[in-house]
Amino acid sequence: MNATAAWRGFRGANWRSAVDVRAFIQANYTPYEGDDRFLTGPTERTRAVWEKVSSLFPEERRRGILDADTTTPSSITSHPPGYIDRDRELIVGLQTDAPLKRAIMPAGGLRMVETGLAAYGYKLDPAVKEIFTSYRKTHNDGVFDAYTPEIRAARRSGVITGLPDAYGRGRIIGDYRRVPLYGVDRLIEAKQAELRSLDDADATDAVIRDREELSEQIRALGELRTMAASYGHDLSRPAATAHEAVQWLYLAYLAAIKEQNGAAMSLGRTSTFLDVYLERDLAEGRITEERAQELVDDFVIKLRIVRFLRTPEYDQLFSGDPTWVTESIGGLGEDGRPLVTRTSYRFLRTLRNLGPAPEPNLTVLWSPRLPEPFKRYCAALSIETSAIQYESDELTRPRTGDDTAIACCVSAAPVGRQMQFFGARVNLAKTLLYAINGGRDELTGAQVGPAHPPLTGDVLDYEEVTEALDRMMDWLARTYVNALNIIHYMHDKYAYERLEMALHDYPVKRTLACGIAGLSVAADSLSAIRHARVEVIRDATGLAVDYRVTGDYPAYGNNDDRADAIAVGLVRSFMAKIREHRAYRDAEHTQSVLTITSNVVYGRHTGNTPDGRRSGEPFAPGANPMNGRDRHGMIASALSVAKLPYDQALDGISLTNTATPDGLGRTPDERVGNLVGVLDGYFDAGGFHMNVNVLTRAVLLDAMEHPERHPQLTVRVSGYAVNFVRLTPDQQRDVVSRTFHGSL
Amino acid sequence: MNGSVSSWDLSVGVDGPGTRFVVFTAGCPLRCRYCQNPETWRMRDGRQVPADEIMAEIGKYRRFISVAGGGVTVSGGEPLLQPRFTAELLRRCHDDGLHTALDTSGLLGVRATDAMLADTDLVLLDIKSFDPATYRRVTGGPVEPTLRFARRLADLGRPTWVRFVLVPGLTDAPANVDALAAFVAGLGNVERVDVLPFHRMATGKYDRLGLRFPLADVEPPGQEQLDRVHARFRAHGVVSV
Repeated sequence: MNATAAWRGFRGANWRSAVDVRAFIQANYTPYEGDDRFLTGPTERTRAVWEKVSSLFPEERRRGILDADTTTPSSITSHPPGYIDRDRELIVGLQTDAPLKRAIMPAGGLRMVETGLAAYGYKLDPAVKEIFTSYRKTHNDGVFDAYTPEIRAARRSGVITGLPDAYGRGRIIGDYRRVPLYGVDRLIEAKQAELRSLDDADATDAVIRDREELSEQIRALGELRTMAASYGHDLSRPAATAHEAVQWLYLAYLAAIKEQNGAAMSLGRTSTFLDVYLERDLAEGRITEERAQELVDDFVIKLRIVRFLRTPEYDQLFSGDPTWVTESIGGLGEDGRPLVTRTSYRFLRTLRNLGPAPEPNLTVLWSPRLPEPFKRYCAALSIETSAIQYESDELTRPRTGDDTAIACCVSAAPVGRQMQFFGARVNLAKTLLYAINGGRDELTGAQVGPAHPPLTGDVLDYEEVTEALDRMMDWLARTYVNALNIIHYMHDKYAYERLEMALHDYPVKRTLACGIAGLSVAADSLSAIRHARVEVIRDATGLAVDYRVTGDYPAYGNNDDRADAIAVGLVRSFMAKIREHRAYRDAEHTQSVLTITSNVVYGRHTGNTPDGRRSGEPFAPGANPMNGRDRHGMIASALSVAKLPYDQALDGISLTNTATPDGLGRTPDERVGNLVGVLDGYFDAGGFHMNVNVLTRAVLLDAMEHPERHPQLTVRVSGYAVNFVRLTPDQQRDVVSRTFHGSL
Repeated sequence: MNGSVSSWDLSVGVDGPGTRFVVFTAGCPLRCRYCQNPETWRMRDGRQVPADEIMAEIGKYRRFISVAGGGVTVSGGEPLLQPRFTAELLRRCHDDGLHTALDTSGLLGVRATDAMLADTDLVLLDIKSFDPATYRRVTGGPVEPTLRFARRLADLGRPTWVRFVLVPGLTDAPANVDALAAFVAGLGNVERVDVLPFHRMATGKYDRLGLRFPLADVEPPGQEQLDRVHARFRAHGVVSV
């Protein structure tokens, strides 16, 4: 079938002559402002497929992983086709030859593979080990060849942490929609033209690298075509039906997750794109609403079983086994039309048809101007499932346009036009302790930071502390950016995302996504030093190991500028310091205030802090105020967070809110209306992101006791959702003790 | 003007419609056995706060409340123990275009002037029991002033939500519920009755204050019991939630 037949009935011209999915969407989509009553439930077929695969989950949970292929390094074409239920599946394709069987991806790092396998009783095939030690270097090896002693020390102590130096960096979203819209052959032609455009350029480092990368991209597209053919699909041409469009798009995404085990492998913004195809087939009488929903349900089943081989330590850091298959839904177009379509509803509907689940990470781009029925549907599902996160369409659209998608939790970028170098985060609370201790680690006493003179007074002086902190942050920013530059240099060299980058424009815009953790602890500590009296308790070696706080201090999270301004100041100041250091490939510096559930682990590695927090106690997640210090409820707390300047934290600012159902209203209808109001109010106030959990403490306690009763209980943490029963006991306790914004 | 204030809070859906800035005044003449806010009993335990300060704090939420929907609720303690302060807050909020609610037991209803009530968009009237003996057992005070206040609100046509705390073994007698339902049905200005299930979440607060929570051994009502009470209100044509 040629393009003319595949594109029958489509409008618009700009997207035909150049690869431009946004232009296609804008010319062809049908905004939907009605309610959810057109939706249909799961069919027998859908139920059978979902039951077949979900029946494997208990065993997977019990053993850690269900199975692994220990002999085949994964590539786009490495595995023969795999199926859940070949006769019933509408959308096909698995990462390996069987569902939930994990692949190995040694290019990112062999150690992650070996320890990941060993933890679950598997052993890496010796031949693979030999190849990746004797003949083929990994990203992980490259990074450690170039790390400095200083970077190693900072990494070991946890003042810089979570770095993607042992596995795939992730957070890159290929524009998977290009494959159904144009077909692979056309995309290869476009890449060849980009490669030719460099024919006359001088062969500098940058040009040589670009030429090699473009050649790899072309090769990867060819492999995608081969892999799809093994499932019986001819991706060389554009998709001609909705069924093909969903299948083509999924196969493109599948190729990415067969090649890369990135920390976050997000999907993009696909629902409204697919809606064009679904609506065309519905209009042509080719499918019914029931079949349209089945296609979406089947696609989402596939997204729910994306798996990577990780170590137990990694799972502990991130709570369970997250893959961040983030799908961005809703938002408005630059012309003011809502980008909400019937398929936006169909995606959300999977939470009912298949039950709640942490993946895909359903992300609604919220604007108070979204159609009211859609807002209410989202809020109702949030209350029912706690499985949706919200991000501000009003903040992203003016900066990155109306084809923005969220990578991972809160990283916004225009699909196919921009990629990020994921940079994890630094621990600001620990940095403050380093400032007080002249660069010595408060737990080990080791000299990690530069040996500045430690503060010696019995009572901490605000001016002295802020000056010392400023100096320590200078050091931290330099060390941090250096580490990230090394990581991304090596990742490009040894574990380049060929397929994902093949689905980007050339040249691509790059950001260096830095981040901070422990913001609320650092801000409250400074507020305590300024507004209360903080005495220092030192050990025999003069190391400050504890603090005695006398008097009250205003805490971040009460919509009180005295404390909130300190948090804002820290965000601004660290961003400015980051910008002083040139980023690899001239990426634009950004940062996030996002700790994910690693707030528990970071807290464990940080000693007593001057805000009164005890050594080892968890940090608040993301940009959240510390548990229990926000004394005026969820709204006051949220408005403190909304003050953090998005322009100084363009990689996102995460807020997690938990309310009991009663804390939102007396009747189901009231709760929906009130939650819509809260979301409108928060995003109107300049808030960037909100996780909404609607849970009762009793349910969580019961799930801790009886995990088998709550296999699908989903809890949102910073920026993503997890299966509550897969959290470690520590993390479960943290979630339970976290402020419940209920009515007491 | 100063008032004695225990705290302020932002709540959603529990102190009137929408997101609300709630001022908890200090001091209450009643001692309800299920009281969840023992820290608000005595006026001297509150902080003397100028109305200007409260208004400035409310100002920080003005925009949020107008976008989200909601308003300001003066609660307590018993706000009518400080009628001039309460009146000033309600007037200034009302003048500001904010939806206003007064959360009161009605015991001191005579202290609410018609002008104050004109500035009050919604009265949250806690009728803790209809039967006088039960009322006294629950609160230590008489029910008649509250019922008189309820009739006055009806005469003035002030929109009112009646709140009734369902405590097993204390307020749940069918005759008590029926009598309250019949009374409410006859008023005409009551938009709904909130049947609030008794809970024990304030036990910790009592412990911290060195007090004993009198109903520590009472179990919260179950869903079936709540459903039966709702059915009784509905049988009288009263909306109950």
